[in-house]
Amino acid sequence: MSDVTFFVEAPTEGGKSRRGFVVRAIRHQPAAIAGLVFLVAMTITAILAPWIAPYPLHQQVGPVFGHPSWQHLLGLDDGGIDMVTLLIWGSRTSLVVGFAATFVSMVIGGTIGVVAGYFGGGTDNVLMRITDYFLVIPDVPLMIVVAAIWGPSLFHIIIVIGILLWTSTARVIRAQVKSVRERVYVKRARALGAGHTRIVLKHVLPQVAPLLIASTVLTVAVAIFDETALAFLGLGDPSRVSLGSIIESAFQRAAISTGAWWAIVPPGVLVTLLILACSLVGGAIEDALNPRLRVAHLSARMFRIRPLVGRGQDAV
Amino acid sequence: MRGIDYVLKRVGFAIVTVFVAVTINFVLFRLAPGNAVSNLSRVPHATQQLRHALEVQFGLDKSKWQQYVIYLKQLSHGNLGVSYENEQPVSTNLRIALINTLPMVTLGTVFAIILGTFTGVLAAWRRGTKTEGASLSSALAFYAMPTQWLGLMLIILFAGIFPTGGMTNEFLLNPPFWTHMKDLASHMFLPALTLGLTLYGEYTLIVRSAMLETLGEDYILTARAKGLKPRTIVRKHALRNAMLPITTLIALSLGYIVAGAILIETVFSWPGIGRAVYEAVLERDYPMLQGAFLVLTLSVIFFNLVADLLYFKLDPRITE
Repeated sequence: MSDVTFFVEAPTEGGKSRRGFVVRAIRHQPAAIAGLVFLVAMTITAILAPWIAPYPLHQQVGPVFGHPSWQHLLGLDDGGIDMVTLLIWGSRTSLVVGFAATFVSMVIGGTIGVVAGYFGGGTDNVLMRITDYFLVIPDVPLMIVVAAIWGPSLFHIIIVIGILLWTSTARVIRAQVKSVRERVYVKRARALGAGHTRIVLKHVLPQVAPLLIASTVLTVAVAIFDETALAFLGLGDPSRVSLGSIIESAFQRAAISTGAWWAIVPPGVLVTLLILACSLVGGAIEDALNPRLRVAHLSARMFRIRPLVGRGQDAV
Repeated sequence: MRGIDYVLKRVGFAIVTVFVAVTINFVLFRLAPGNAVSNLSRVPHATQQLRHALEVQFGLDKSKWQQYVIYLKQLSHGNLGVSYENEQPVSTNLRIALINTLPMVTLGTVFAIILGTFTGVLAAWRRGTKTEGASLSSALAFYAMPTQWLGLMLIILFAGIFPTGGMTNEFLLNPPFWTHMKDLASHMFLPALTLGLTLYGEYTLIVRSAMLETLGEDYILTARAKGLKPRTIVRKHALRNAMLPITTLIALSLGYIVAGAILIETVFSWPGIGRAVYEAVLERDYPMLQGAFLVLTLSVIFFNLVADLLYFKLDPRITE
């Protein structure tokens, strides 16, 4: 029987310079490096989609549910469209939704977090109370309802996901801003007569930027996950192919009972890898920045749960 | 702050949240594009008279505030409206759906809690070994899988062994009780397994983190210095203290499980609340969608409150 290992992780040294912190954060974590490489590769593939996709996206190039072959490495889908082509274009849409929705939620969450943390008092109270309500309302059902009412389009999907994913970011940023605000150099800057805008832009934001990046990467994972869920329920943009919609159409057109595993396995594997990569990279950065967050570090969804540690004003 | 104050505050928060949720529910469905009559009654080319008659019938000629008050009043009587699809009261439809969902969801959750706690403790205990690596990577993999896709993969794996759709075998007419139960259980297996596996990954990560945190505490060192067996230390000292975050996190995640059931029930045609949401979306059955959304939100609020109270019960220091 092996012994219990009493291993306490030493907090990783936060470097002096802010530049290159992502590299430093994940340098010693091979899994996170692999995740970052995968994310970069996928992003490049997505950008180059029109040039590297081997076949046209909207044209039948072989038999329905054709088997994988040398011409079509992953076979053909229910419309006789090349799966590799579909996956390349699908990743493009999924990544666009992931990044754009995350951008929306970072702008909202970042602003609310900075304003609440920086000004404190009544502003903080009101903003955090609103955040509390948003935390409690289940996001996927709300997304479904809003998407169903607004009607399917890529823009709607992005907005719907974006306006619901900002809560965890707002909390994390607020806590950090609150501590930065009390630091001596910020007080000095204020004493020297710097305005709020200058202090926030010059002194506070650079300090929370790393956390914001970690939060961004983790939110991208959730956004991609949510996009596949919406697409699967028929609420995606019907004019675009996304990884979620590939899974959905394979399910609806009975790829399984036809035995066409190649139409349904690869898109799911890609989504899984994307989410895994984001979780690993985001987790590693966050881990390096703030060992206290370790409890929740591996899972973006867990962020919604974290406020339990202390709700409202004294939330960490 | 005294304990009773804390409890009252949390209950108060929950009640206000319910109110906010109900209001969001009212507002959302009135933001629908197109005018209210075409949305609520689905008559694209109606005459003026018909439109007016419908507006009066649906109470849409009244002001928004009056509508809101009427909505609240009806809601307090348990009236959620009538489904467009089968013309049954929404509340009846939802009750049947909820009864179908609960056993499946419970089975999956219990499975996830047992497996997740086991692998999580194992991972923390064997920190830095291959065992930890294996349990952590499998947990992460299942955590990252899209729920609906995992369900479809299980269908491919188990097709022919377990039924992959519906809740009962429709060809069994008036089966004896045990046959019926067996039939039900075999239908429940795959959806419950899907739910269990997606949750298990998450739980493993939570349990492992909580265990690592407690294993680093001083009293563990003391227990070790006393010469206690590692097994005793893990069970009586570490796990017991780690249960605090674990229990509350699990209680909190219960609320989201109901939401996660939407995807699973769609894949397996399980006639529960999730499938009700899916069908309401497909048919643009707004009263059903509204009702189902309310039920899902209320369940999340409820489990949040449970988590808060549980936390207080386990750790009364929270009020200090």
